[in-house]
Amino acid sequence: MDSLLQGFIQAFKLILHLDQTLFGIIFLSLKVSGSALVISTALGLPAGALLGLKRFPGRNLAISSVNTLMGLPPVVVGLFVYLLLSRKGPLGFMGLLYSPSAMIVAQTILALPIVTALCSSAIVNIDPIIRLSARTLGATPGQETIAVIREARYGILSAIIAAFGRVMAEVGAILIVGGNIAGYTRVMTTTIALETDKGNFELALALGIILLMISFTINTLLHIVQQKGSAPGS
Amino acid sequence: MKLVATNITKLYGGRTILSDCSYSFSTAGTYVLIGPNGCGKSTFLRICSLLEQPDAGELLFTAEGKQLPHDIDLRRRMTLVLPRTGVFNATVFNNVAYGLKIRGMDSGLLHEKVIKALEVVGLSHRKKQNARTLSSGETQRLGLARALAIEPEILFLDEPTASVDEKNTTIIESIIQNLKKDARTMVIMTTHDKEQADRLADTLLLMKEGIIAVRNL
Repeated sequence: MDSLLQGFIQAFKLILHLDQTLFGIIFLSLKVSGSALVISTALGLPAGALLGLKRFPGRNLAISSVNTLMGLPPVVVGLFVYLLLSRKGPLGFMGLLYSPSAMIVAQTILALPIVTALCSSAIVNIDPIIRLSARTLGATPGQETIAVIREARYGILSAIIAAFGRVMAEVGAILIVGGNIAGYTRVMTTTIALETDKGNFELALALGIILLMISFTINTLLHIVQQKGSAPGS
Repeated sequence: MKLVATNITKLYGGRTILSDCSYSFSTAGTYVLIGPNGCGKSTFLRICSLLEQPDAGELLFTAEGKQLPHDIDLRRRMTLVLPRTGVFNATVFNNVAYGLKIRGMDSGLLHEKVIKALEVVGLSHRKKQNARTLSSGETQRLGLARALAIEPEILFLDEPTASVDEKNTTIIESIIQNLKKDARTMVIMTTHDKEQADRLADTLLLMKEGIIAVRNL
């Protein structure tokens, strides 16, 4: 109980006197997870649209596979990326292991199935009459697709929020491929794991609180955008 | 623009919906197709507006004596108003602007045309509102405004008043009546309301078991 209270006090102290090291850790967390999110959205949204709008052989298998991959254990992804990037691995020549780039790769693999699956379900759930209406008004097939994706925009935002939650909270994969190197690959979650190991509970807890606050702020902002978009009576 | 439908046949799951349906829509004015539910009126409209392919038969569009290819340019010279309007989650203004935006119209002209269409259907005061908050009658008028904004040469209306109250029915009917003044637009509509058909039709067509017959007024 005492360390909980101390944790809160220290968290506020840390926030008030945001030092260079802590700021660097927070910034790297956001940079790694943000980059992973941008890449997985750029890949996952078209993939989700394809799964949601096109009928092709193997589509059901593809959807089941993507849904399964949503539950990928981070440590398994970490191990996979480690083997891929380690010196003897197929991509070892790139020298990416224990770098922020490796962490972005790992988190992209974790976020991609979530973005793809949830975007696809957001797009599938759009009333087919939207697409038909666009067509009656003279849309080309490409413009029809854009009309449906635009209609699903708030569902797509939810997909991104869910993926963001997943990668910001994740520690297993980035610890394996990033190595938790101070000042280079150390992020909030890996610091929390390290400080807990060292018995430095107050600092670990303080970082945990900061992590939650950042997540809370970003989620609140996205939620406000979402609320604005869902009209009453719809 | 003229439209000649020849021997249009359509089957759904082995059941014949339209069989050898032929008609020549050659003069401007309002054509009203009446007939019982499930007689193939809507299917005929969707095929004529190039949203669906017939299983057999031919559609011939001509303008100034020339036959027009069935491409996007032709599709953009006409539109079909669906019995249920697929409302985009956007403002009333942007819903009506959609057809013009995808045609790449510049914003000044677009604004002018949207405002005009909204005035015609009496929704100007709602232009900034999210279209999904409209009542069902207003939603149907929104569907009409979206179609009018693109100034189609052929306007297909599928049961335009099937799901609206009396007041909105009167409004929609008067909009269709007013279209007659504009000789450029040919209106081809379906209804199951015999009295409405009598009020609006220049040419009354009876559809029964997938075949069209002309009825004298």
